Amino acid sequence: MKHKPFFWFVLPSALAMLLFIFFPIVSVLVQSVHVDHEQVIKTVETCDLFGCKESTAIDQDATAALRAEAPLGQFAGLTTYLDRNHLAVSEVGTTWGSSNSWRDFGAQMLNLPFYKAIGFTLTYTFVVTPLVIILGFVIAVAINAAVQQIRGPLIFFSLLPMMITPLVGALILFWMVDARGIIGATLQYLAGDPDLSIKASTPLTWIMLMVYGVWHAAPFAFIVYYAGLQSVNQDTLEAARVDGANRWLQIRHVIIPHLLPLTTFIALMQLMDNFRVFEPIVSFSAEAHATSLSWAIYNDLGGETRQLSSAAATSVLTIIGVAILLSPVLMRTWREFNRK
Amino acid sequence: MSSNAQSQPATVTFLVVAVLAIWMILAAFPFLWTLWGSFKVEGDFFSKANWANTLTGKLTAVETGGIFTGDGYYGAWIQEEFWRAAWNSTIVCFFVVTISLTLGTLGGYALARSTYRYAFWFLLAALIFRAMPPITLVSGYLPVFFQWNIWGHTATTVIVLVAINQPFTLWMLHSFFKNIPAELDESAMVDGCTRFQAFRNVIIPVMWPGVITTGLFSFLLAYNDFAVTTMLLSKENQTMIPKVASFLGTTQTKGNVMFAVSSVVSVTAPLFLMVLFFQRQIVSGLTAGAVKG
Repeated sequence: MKHKPFFWFVLPSALAMLLFIFFPIVSVLVQSVHVDHEQVIKTVETCDLFGCKESTAIDQDATAALRAEAPLGQFAGLTTYLDRNHLAVSEVGTTWGSSNSWRDFGAQMLNLPFYKAIGFTLTYTFVVTPLVIILGFVIAVAINAAVQQIRGPLIFFSLLPMMITPLVGALILFWMVDARGIIGATLQYLAGDPDLSIKASTPLTWIMLMVYGVWHAAPFAFIVYYAGLQSVNQDTLEAARVDGANRWLQIRHVIIPHLLPLTTFIALMQLMDNFRVFEPIVSFSAEAHATSLSWAIYNDLGGETRQLSSAAATSVLTIIGVAILLSPVLMRTWREFNRK
Repeated sequence: MSSNAQSQPATVTFLVVAVLAIWMILAAFPFLWTLWGSFKVEGDFFSKANWANTLTGKLTAVETGGIFTGDGYYGAWIQEEFWRAAWNSTIVCFFVVTISLTLGTLGGYALARSTYRYAFWFLLAALIFRAMPPITLVSGYLPVFFQWNIWGHTATTVIVLVAINQPFTLWMLHSFFKNIPAELDESAMVDGCTRFQAFRNVIIPVMWPGVITTGLFSFLLAYNDFAVTTMLLSKENQTMIPKVASFLGTTQTKGNVMFAVSSVVSVTAPLFLMVLFFQRQIVSGLTAGAVKG
């Protein structure tokens, strides 16, 4: 395709991405190094019979004028990044000095909002992703072994947990594990503890969020593996069978190597998606026990006081995290392109 | 595969049946349970005495006179005006899908046909954009939207969702157009068509399967979005998902959590129908990226 028609064909979508993805990223970067103007204070002298008194008041007009003049606020450098709500450099330093064991240090760190969020985000990402791959593989093998006639309905029901809106799917599970819901009540019965509440316990909340994550994403791994299983070379499988390989050996030496490239694909997609975990925390109202980077941004932006600089700084740190996660994909795509 | 299904040993058959049974319960039961429970009163669906009350509807019979009640739906749709949110969702989804597909087919077609290096860079940039969590972008929009006074409007949100959708749409349509032989439009151009005429007269008639599949995913992205819609829409323009979330804040205290339950079922129903009718397209769309590399 020649340059000129290419340009015109691509222009609308390039413009959309430039304006609403690229510029916002730049805007977030700029915002994160600015903070709001402080209010302008003026000194007012009031005199009465007993003499004159000086008092200070907020100069509303001057503050408004200053804000209108430079809506970004004042340049603050990296202060927002280093404050208590983000990297908390000085707090980490004191904790490091005062804590006497790794365990203690870790527990202290989880009290700092940013480390609490990144701690859960990373745990979630690296626990859910492998479990999704394993569960997806097991389901794919099982459905592939089922009779042809019932595969359609099986696939239909398997797709539901993935197609459901994350917020809604998480709510459905949340209501069931509620202390007055079916799963919650059953767990209380099994544990023999009528006061057991998943919502009130940090470890149980983490587990519940991850169970939701696996439930939600396993169908994706399943579908990809299932499609891969349809293209397994039947001759190789036949040859393995003739050579006396049992069912397990066939899976181990023919099917798994065939599905390996798909596993990298699933793993990379899942790492990206799990890193942005957000809706289940809102649905489960889990913020007291677990927060994520996305949730931290949402929390800064919502409410009456929109803390834009704080949200921007967390956003930049999140983008850096995404970039680190994404670098293997980019390297791989780049190498493949050069090979062609 | 059906031939060795008969020859497999009993333990393997048992294992397969067990895995499938457990997975089917995990995948389907939560939906059926919530659908059933949405026709009960709160005292039954969240029963302090016995969870089995959800099945029998003991308190529902006491409070409303029947085993099933539509009170949750009435409260959500009429009293709390969920119909407005449903209408807003319809508008947002319709425009996001049509605009996304229009921009995406043009761009995806060009990217599939160009052999230059910059097309690759373009796709790589799109991949990076695809990885950005939408909420990080939202914190970039807010100050600008407030300043320009375009915050809260449906149109703004539609454009934002279209843009967030673009990377995915481009990748998907690009791989679909790659499968349409290039000789098709090239021969049209030899016959004297311009590039755009070739696209219009030759490619458009054969592109629909790919476009429908991509459209389904654009729809899902717009329909399921929470981060963007909750932050960018004013209260009267709210779509269904932020509306459900707002029920949690306000009505849980009032004891009207059943509004949320019934609206959750209402949100699920269209998705259910979509999977029912478009299962084949969804499966092919999910695997398109993976199987081809």
